[in-house]
Amino acid sequence: MTGKKPRSLLYLDGVSVSFDGFKALNALSFIVEPGELRAIIGPNGAGKTTMMDIITGKTRPDEGEVYFRGDIDLTQKDEADIAQLGIGRKFQKPSVFESHTVWDNLELALNRRRGVFATLFYRLTGEDKARIEEILSTVRLTARRDDLAANLSHGQKQWLEIGMLLAQEPELLLVDEPVAGMTDAETAETAVLLKEIARTRSVVVVEHDMGFIRDLGVKVTCLAEGSVLAEGSIDFVSNDPKVIENYLGR
Amino acid sequence: MITSFLVKSLDRTIVIAVAILMVLAVLVPALNLLTAPDHPLHVPTYLVSLFGKYLTYALLALALDLVWGFCGILSLGHAAFFALGGYAMGMYLMRQIGTRGSYGDPLLPDFMVFLNWKELPWFWYGFDMFWFAALMVVLVPGFIAFVFGWFAFRSRVNGVYLSIITQAMTYALLLAFFRNDMGFGGNNGLTDFKDILGFSIQADGTRAALFAASALALALSLVITSGIVRSKLGKVLVALRDAESRTRFLGYRVEHMKLFAFTVSAMMAGVAGALYVPQVGIINPGEFAPGNSIEVVIWTAVGGRGTLIGPIVGAILVNGGKSIFTAAFPEFWLFALGGLFVLVTLFLPKGVVGTAQQLLARGRADRKAARRQNRDEETGLGPAEPMAAE
Ligand SMILES: Nc1ncnc2c1ncn2[C@@H]1O[C@H](COP(=O)(O)OP(=O)(O)OP(=O)(O)O)[C@@H](O)[C@H]1O
Ligand SMILES: [Mg+2]
Repeated sequence: MTGKKPRSLLYLDGVSVSFDGFKALNALSFIVEPGELRAIIGPNGAGKTTMMDIITGKTRPDEGEVYFRGDIDLTQKDEADIAQLGIGRKFQKPSVFESHTVWDNLELALNRRRGVFATLFYRLTGEDKARIEEILSTVRLTARRDDLAANLSHGQKQWLEIGMLLAQEPELLLVDEPVAGMTDAETAETAVLLKEIARTRSVVVVEHDMGFIRDLGVKVTCLAEGSVLAEGSIDFVSNDPKVIENYLGR
Repeated sequence: MITSFLVKSLDRTIVIAVAILMVLAVLVPALNLLTAPDHPLHVPTYLVSLFGKYLTYALLALALDLVWGFCGILSLGHAAFFALGGYAMGMYLMRQIGTRGSYGDPLLPDFMVFLNWKELPWFWYGFDMFWFAALMVVLVPGFIAFVFGWFAFRSRVNGVYLSIITQAMTYALLLAFFRNDMGFGGNNGLTDFKDILGFSIQADGTRAALFAASALALALSLVITSGIVRSKLGKVLVALRDAESRTRFLGYRVEHMKLFAFTVSAMMAGVAGALYVPQVGIINPGEFAPGNSIEVVIWTAVGGRGTLIGPIVGAILVNGGKSIFTAAFPEFWLFALGGLFVLVTLFLPKGVVGTAQQLLARGRADRKAARRQNRDEETGLGPAEPMAAE
């Protein structure tokens, strides 16, 4: 808790974690500023998802520091705490609640009190209703509000999950491969949506789709073997010989 | 707050089920008490008690459904909470015996005199008062479930491991209650009850009242569980059943949610046990047998887990079947039960009620589609018809 992490929203320093001796993250350092949209690329197994696991409390680092909003030590908190602090996460494979309707998925995600009794006696207020309707139209699922999430197409599930993140109103959004399995049109729309979302919060997007990354037009970090290989504009990073050797050239 | 909770809990099936239970609570006692024994509609007292017993089993299955059907916690120890509630009631009934026991001791139950105990153990204090015993009927199972769940859910014990430790819990209680020095009557348990709230436990009127109380307890529990599962909390429970870690990442304390459901469920099981004991006249450690808890799972599966009505139907069907079957072929009952479980798992994974609901829903959707098609055809033919008529 010193002056070395001034006002950055997310601050990772020297984070390492290994699974059965295999180093998934190796002294990873990484900073996200408030309001920033950041893209992360890197080969399979580079540790991108593991990094998100560390930030959201799913995995504890073996060593290193992870701070949120300057002085909140995330390594001391669990998933629910971290979510309530304002870090939302979209998973690599779409994970929505399949036996709930689209509407209920959003209602559950809504940023309201989450205690046992607060949820037991919760009543949908006009305000909450309006908010859910607004999100439904943002993610274009208004017509399917009463359908079970299980019956959505793959792309629609991805969008519903993005809608759930919006409902959570996080300060920092971690998005793991949002356009995997989407059509080109859906991919382009998702880029627009993410840029829109990033206007009011910080977003970190992991993606393999270079066209999509180019569409976003933001600072890019390339990970490989658990640490940062290169960082900068997309043109800078994609011309880096190490990046070409480790990732793009493969 | 409470009223909106109750209003929300009442959908059509629940209203119908509650109404049926209310009618039964009046009708069965009336047919037993007000008709002559040779009247065609007369319900003999032994049947009143048998049906009353089924209703307590139904309540136990409903309690299990709350945790298994809606939170995915397959408890294989729910009969333990039932038995604990039963013992609390049994202790009250023992203390009502007073000087009418074989040894005529005003304070000590017979088995304590037999063991040469000189004074009443501290944990028997208060059980001479009905209100205290009634409180213990819910508090003891609730407390044990809370402590057990606190450790299990915090350490994120899930799935098969959780099921195994619930079996271990009921087995440990079985062994403990078998011991004479535990002070609960050991092997023989508690029996030879005389009266409850001053009424003879053998009297037709008492039996009828116990039946009515069981029906009302089941109806009330149905309203409460329905209120829980239809609230936002209920949606969180289903969410964590299907995707636990996703629910955590939305900021919900999954372990607290589970703990709440598990504790409420154990309390309901305790009430079921308390109503069971006076109707069968005995409670002994056999009620803690691991097999008993597994039977509850079978009733729930047969009726349909996650449907609320299903476990009630399942408990009554299977136990009704058991009563008939064991009279005819006593040695084959366990095989029949096992076979039934396998068949239901393979061919009716949603259980009797779940499958029926599915068929009904499909029928409704088909009819709706057919109606829409008819309408389209009619409007399509509309303008052509008058022309043809001319
Ligand atoms: N819980 C775990 N237990 C064991 N190994 C793990 C665990 N989580 C991740 N790993 C390993 O750590 C390495 C990094 O995995 P990670 O999922 O972070 O990669 P990634 O960069 O997200 O790759 P992809 O692009 O394929 O999604 C992989 O080799 C993976 O097998
Ligand atoms: Mg990944």
